[in-house]
Amino acid sequence: MATVYLPSGWSGATGGVTEISIDAPRVHELLRSLTERFPAIAAQLDAVSIAVDGQIYHDAEFVTLKRDSEIHLLPPVSGG
Amino acid sequence: MSTEAKTYNYVGTRPIRHDGADKVTGRANYGADINLPGMLYGAIVRSPHAHARIVSIDTSAAAAMPGVKAVITGDDLPETSAKLAMGEGALDLHDIGDNLIAHKKALYHGHPVAAVAATSFEIAREAAARVRVEYEVLTPVLSIDQAIAPGATILHDDMVTRGRPAGPSGPTNVAARLELRRGEPDRGFAEADIVVEREFQTPMVHQGYIEPHACVARWGQDGRAVVWTTTQGPFVVRDGSAAILGIDAAMIKVIPTEIGGGFGGKITVYLEPLALVLSRKANRPVKMVMTRDEVFRATGPTSGTKIRVKIGAKSDGTIVAATASLFYEGGAYAGAPSGAGAMCCFACYDIPNFFIEASDVVVNKPKVAAYRAPGSPMAAFATESIIDEIARTLGMDPIELRLKNAAVEGDAAPYGPKHGPIGLTAVLDAARRHPHWQTPVGPNQGRGFACGFWFNAGMNSSATVTLDSDGSAAVFTGNPDIGGTRVAQALMVAEELNIPVERIRPTVADTDAAGYTDVTGGSRVCYATGMAVIEAARDVREQLRARAAKIWNTDVSNVGWEAGRLIPLNGAGADRAPLTLAEVAAKASATGGPIVGRASLNVAAAGAAFGAHICDLEVDKETGRSTVVRYTAIQDVGRAVHPSFVEGQMQGGAAQGIGWALNEEYVFDKAGAMENAGFLDYRMPVASDLPMIDTVIVEVPNPIHPYGVRGVGEVPIVPPLATVANAMRDATGVRFTELPLSPPRVLAGLMAAGD
Repeated sequence: MATVYLPSGWSGATGGVTEISIDAPRVHELLRSLTERFPAIAAQLDAVSIAVDGQIYHDAEFVTLKRDSEIHLLPPVSGG
Repeated sequence: MSTEAKTYNYVGTRPIRHDGADKVTGRANYGADINLPGMLYGAIVRSPHAHARIVSIDTSAAAAMPGVKAVITGDDLPETSAKLAMGEGALDLHDIGDNLIAHKKALYHGHPVAAVAATSFEIAREAAARVRVEYEVLTPVLSIDQAIAPGATILHDDMVTRGRPAGPSGPTNVAARLELRRGEPDRGFAEADIVVEREFQTPMVHQGYIEPHACVARWGQDGRAVVWTTTQGPFVVRDGSAAILGIDAAMIKVIPTEIGGGFGGKITVYLEPLALVLSRKANRPVKMVMTRDEVFRATGPTSGTKIRVKIGAKSDGTIVAATASLFYEGGAYAGAPSGAGAMCCFACYDIPNFFIEASDVVVNKPKVAAYRAPGSPMAAFATESIIDEIARTLGMDPIELRLKNAAVEGDAAPYGPKHGPIGLTAVLDAARRHPHWQTPVGPNQGRGFACGFWFNAGMNSSATVTLDSDGSAAVFTGNPDIGGTRVAQALMVAEELNIPVERIRPTVADTDAAGYTDVTGGSRVCYATGMAVIEAARDVREQLRARAAKIWNTDVSNVGWEAGRLIPLNGAGADRAPLTLAEVAAKASATGGPIVGRASLNVAAAGAAFGAHICDLEVDKETGRSTVVRYTAIQDVGRAVHPSFVEGQMQGGAAQGIGWALNEEYVFDKAGAMENAGFLDYRMPVASDLPMIDTVIVEVPNPIHPYGVRGVGEVPIVPPLATVANAMRDATGVRFTELPLSPPRVLAGLMAAGD
């Protein structure tokens, strides 16, 4: 199962949960599971970058996950 | 794709850039060089108040002037709630639209409130002066402390803190707050043998690009529009203008001109939608060119900051705990790079216990924009100053202390993901072996050292490589060239196809001709667009194999590629002589038509990159004036495609950081008007201010890229603030925690220290 690390700033919306395991083939299904579990985070998801197994993606929705993938939700960054 | 171990024939060489001759002879066309028949000239009416409600605008006197063809106000650009996905937060087009031209409130001195198009610049400016605006002046909020104080004047009545507010969520001037944490900092500090805590301040500063914003917009009677503009993001201009104006993006074509610097400040839009609306109203093309004064007052400098950092370490130098509280000014709207600052501030080190909080705070100053590694330099100033102090207190060599704690492959970055192969230790090792570090510092001089980090971006890129029948090639991408990326792309095509660089024509295409491409920014072009170029060139190679197969009347599996030639494989046609690329290209028409390679990708981020700088500073203790006498920049670039331009990025970033450290700051009067809105009084380094900046290119290949390329352009601005401040400490014995280290501040600090 993939492990998702949630921003600590979301703990109010997740009841204090900052780390959760989810079985999902792609980021798309993973985010759907997350928002089903924590509906209050849905509005935050358009303001995150997603890192999968160490790589930060822009628009990660259909990135394939491995069984032991690590996913981090981060503030978006692009640069100047 | 992944990095391939190989030797290179073209990558790593230093050919003359294709755009070089035009640029040094003045033939290159920049934004202000575009002229069209019947063209009008635009001028902007700007608020004289930093914070004011707009009561009324009377444009009648302006509109009545001979030569005036259109006058617009905020009523002509309806407020929008659209967003444009682009990196640091989706670009909130509501704020960008309101920043373009105020609707209800003027939120900074210089905020546009109306615009005029006329038959000459002089008439346009005179007409702008005749627009009558009635304001209800409000109390300006001009600092972080003022903005977050209880009972502070609020800029936006509907602003609530996004993320994790520290207090009531709204109404507030804190647009966003985030936290990062690991372990138990309190326990870590309890175990520390030394704890150092300081508060640092950095001023608002500008990117200082030499070319002001300029554009020409032509709105056709068929509803199709063309915009020529100096921009880092032609597709941002297209899609942002379309969304702000409520029109179909397919009706706008953006043609990027040559660009005289951007550094992040030309990613968003300031003029183009206004020029489009004026052109639509006047039914004529409209040119708008900012003055330098307008660039300073009304574009996007970077945040002033207030950052408190505390670091605890054992007596052997092991860092055991750290905390950081970062406040970044967003200017008039949300969007400060506080999140990036939080993620970067401890990124050079593997620290087991930390807590970081970062806030984006609005104030009545121009809305900030990206500036080269946005958020990171200020955070590095704080952290690296404290690391320097810890090293001094423990009697440790500053590089050895950093090596002891340096992030390495497999460590989790402070923002979570584990690092792949990274080059910080290689950079630090190169620094300690460098002759600069080995040479004793001179009299009245101090030496400073600091390192820094930036993520570098990936994002979307498209590329087309076309092969002509004479064996030459053209490469098209949608990225304006601000760092020599055209010649780098030509080098990549040369490497893949074995065509001499001089016979490759790299072109920056407009938004109709290029496949969608994200901005020239985030140090992404040589990396991400470069990957697309490589893939497009390899597509050409595969097509050449198929064409050779047709010529030889064999299966493509019997055709190989070797050093620019098509060769028979598997014994098929062993008596056949290889065909050169040019020979196959000459037969393109007969073998199926023109050969065009294409590629598009959305690439993961470019791979973390680190740099370290050494500065020798001579300080005149009678005047406070300091001189950089020697400066060395060392950086992991993954792979240097064109080393001269990599070195140029390192030197340019260092020069900007030195200016930020020593002289640059926005000076505001009590009413919030900038007092030094020109290069005479906003003092950036010029060539005579600095010595030659030595560079060391370290190459720890990025495994994602076929050549190992990492982003280069932003890392070099991160270390200099602390490098220079640490040199100042070494030279004077005084730890300065506020920038810039201008002569008056240094003199005051020396006098306070009793020197």
